[in-house]
Amino acid sequence: MDEIQSLWHGFGVALSPTNIALMFTGVILGVIIGVLPGLGGANGVAILLPLTFGMAQTPGGATSAIILLSCIYWGALFGGAITSILFNIPGEPWSVATTFDGYPMAQQGQAGRALTAAFTSSFVGAFLAVVMITFLSPVVAGFALAFGPPEYFAVYLLTFCAFIGTSKEPPFKTLAAMMLGFALAAVGTDTVTGTLRLTFGSTHLLTGFDFLVAVIGLFGIGEILLTLEEGLEFRGTKAKLNMRVVLETWRELPRYWLTSVRSTLVGCFMGIVPGGATPASFMSYGVARRFSPDGAKFGTGKIEGVVAPETAAHAAGTSALLPMLTLGVPGSPTAAVLLGGLMIWGLQPGPLLFVEQKDFVWGLIASMYLGNIAGLIVVLTCVPLFAAILRVPFSIIAPIIIVICAIGSFTVKNAMFDIWMMVVFGILGYLFKKLQYPLAPLVLAIVLGDNAESAFRQAMLMSQGDLSILFANTLVGTMTTLALVLLFWPMISALLAKLRGKPG
Amino acid sequence: MKTSIALAVSAAFAAVLSPAVQAQTWEPTKNVEFIIPAGTGGGADQMARAVQGIVAKHGLMKQSILPINKAGGAGAEGFLDVKNAAGDPHKIIITLSNLFTTPLATGVPFNWRDLTPVQMLALDNFVLWVNSKTTYKTPKEYLDAVKKAGPGKLRMGGTGAKQEDQIITAAIEQRTGVKFTYIPFKGGGAVATQLVGGHVDSTVNNPIEAVAQWRAGSLRPLCVFDTQRMPYKEKVTKDMSWYDIPTCKSTGLDIDYLMLRGVFMAPGVKPEHVNYYTGLFAKVMATPEWRKLMEDGAFNTTALKGKEYADWVAREEARHVSLMKAAGFIAGQ
Repeated sequence: MDEIQSLWHGFGVALSPTNIALMFTGVILGVIIGVLPGLGGANGVAILLPLTFGMAQTPGGATSAIILLSCIYWGALFGGAITSILFNIPGEPWSVATTFDGYPMAQQGQAGRALTAAFTSSFVGAFLAVVMITFLSPVVAGFALAFGPPEYFAVYLLTFCAFIGTSKEPPFKTLAAMMLGFALAAVGTDTVTGTLRLTFGSTHLLTGFDFLVAVIGLFGIGEILLTLEEGLEFRGTKAKLNMRVVLETWRELPRYWLTSVRSTLVGCFMGIVPGGATPASFMSYGVARRFSPDGAKFGTGKIEGVVAPETAAHAAGTSALLPMLTLGVPGSPTAAVLLGGLMIWGLQPGPLLFVEQKDFVWGLIASMYLGNIAGLIVVLTCVPLFAAILRVPFSIIAPIIIVICAIGSFTVKNAMFDIWMMVVFGILGYLFKKLQYPLAPLVLAIVLGDNAESAFRQAMLMSQGDLSILFANTLVGTMTTLALVLLFWPMISALLAKLRGKPG
Repeated sequence: MKTSIALAVSAAFAAVLSPAVQAQTWEPTKNVEFIIPAGTGGGADQMARAVQGIVAKHGLMKQSILPINKAGGAGAEGFLDVKNAAGDPHKIIITLSNLFTTPLATGVPFNWRDLTPVQMLALDNFVLWVNSKTTYKTPKEYLDAVKKAGPGKLRMGGTGAKQEDQIITAAIEQRTGVKFTYIPFKGGGAVATQLVGGHVDSTVNNPIEAVAQWRAGSLRPLCVFDTQRMPYKEKVTKDMSWYDIPTCKSTGLDIDYLMLRGVFMAPGVKPEHVNYYTGLFAKVMATPEWRKLMEDGAFNTTALKGKEYADWVAREEARHVSLMKAAGFIAGQ
């Protein structure tokens, strides 16, 4: 059991008073960063990166530096859920799926319960992913190497197919929303040919539509417009404000162990591939909805609908560090900044990192255990505080939310244009809700459309236009088949029921 | 620690004593934005953040440097931002080859002449890599195999479309008559991994992007696209240093290409502004951290400034125009 010994050693490295202090600092900063929409984890880490430059020069300093930065990352993962649940504004892309059931729960006065469920499942997902990294890293590290363009496309296809049937709206409205999302995702630079498209000569549109601006507008501003129309008040004012809600929720959570396990598996898979935390959360929500006995009620405030995406997002966010460390391929924008940090500190991510920098790697892994525990403590003690925000009268909180949304949109690219875009998306979000079009497929397509398209076109370049590349080997063939099965599941299950019915 | 302070102090002295910097009367009165026309985690991003770290650590500036990524439109977002900030001395930009390739390939209205050249920091090398499981030991062996397999059968992976990696690929095709299928990916790390995984057959990764996989024995360098060997003789793998990689030219593949890592400012800034930054970068480049960065990434450490720099950029632009014209990469062509 070499790993246990190395891990023990790692705890020795991570458990110095300085490192523990850094851990809590990082987590608290991360939570704040996660709460503020627009100021994503990647920005937060990037801003603090240079501070660690001096830190990394002292012995053991690189470990302290990455502990601080990775704890910001954990904190941001936790924090993203808060505004999703309270205000229907996802602070981070991976917490969009948390809004689907988290926000309805908050409206029903169960904000505390939803927050506790979100934080706890985040912790569970991350914890299981760290355990996986500890014991299986040599085995799974090479797994990402099997992923070329067709495999990546199959992963995205799987995400779309797992998610597509999950809205209550008619399939054609879902389709329309998703296609609009794909169209928006296509604006900007075409990565395969390097030319600009759909920019209509505007330099503002060069960068395309940033996902965060779209989400802040569609969800945040759209929601406020709706609330304005329905009378100026929040419906979550009855939220309980004591710590008992945490214990009560904990008593209830073990019932959803199957969802947690499934979501962790989805999350770890998506992290290692690396597909990222955002698709992981969507895929996990879709799968949970399909296989849960309560599936039909998802979207109305089911706690399982919070557990599934949060577990998967955190599991993916954590396991994404593995391909970053062993292959130098970042699984998320934040991981990309951390990767840059490693190089500046003089560490070389790659297959040899685990051999040459044992102290650093095991110190980091130990800090993942400790950082997540620190994170859980910080956010759980604040549950009543967060829930209390909903007691502030709407007429005070709404302008504050709008200001924060505007700052968030501005921060993404330091561009005033994005604030106007946010307003436009806000109106679009309002219209979507009024006309009962689902927002989720639109958002999913904006987030993943570009990557899915690149992967598909790269695959087509490889095969010179032959679609059979999507079934060329067992790995990609399995994923494509699985995606198609999930897509046609309603028909397949109806058929199965019929076949089963006949003999009887 | 002590030696680095001593070095910084002596560098500072050298800067004070040198006549070019005596004219320097201006210094930043607020934080300086360091625009990166590329995404986070890439080569330009790492270099800009390293500069920020070095400046902060050695206290080379009273104000801070704030790196900001403006990667949209293959970097056009960043270049336009600086172009539109005429006269603003608190904004500098680090460039890569997209300084030339982006306006040519997309038709976005800017040119390096819209900016004020400050300082060349380094030049980034390109190496032809294959998977170590293959038998190719020389560029010739590999290119013969590409020819034999037939046009478009072997795949070259690279970062971005119609940018440096694809330009080198096109140059190889023009020189040797082979034909690759070029597959663009989003980042250098991903490109190296795709090669290790066998999804592409070769790459022209920068040293820093592929070094980890080389050391792990998964990749094999065939040649470097510079006119001379990389000067770093310390062993990187068990039996090879960067210096041991032959130049492509010496193996019969007569192509050289280096990528600019240089700094520019907004148009219309005063000479004392430019002097301030050349002085600052001289101090940065004298630090041990900077030298380590150069060695880790096997950079070509040519560092021009002033007219020499502008002339170099002009020559390089002309070369890009002819390379891209031959490859059919120019917008509206």
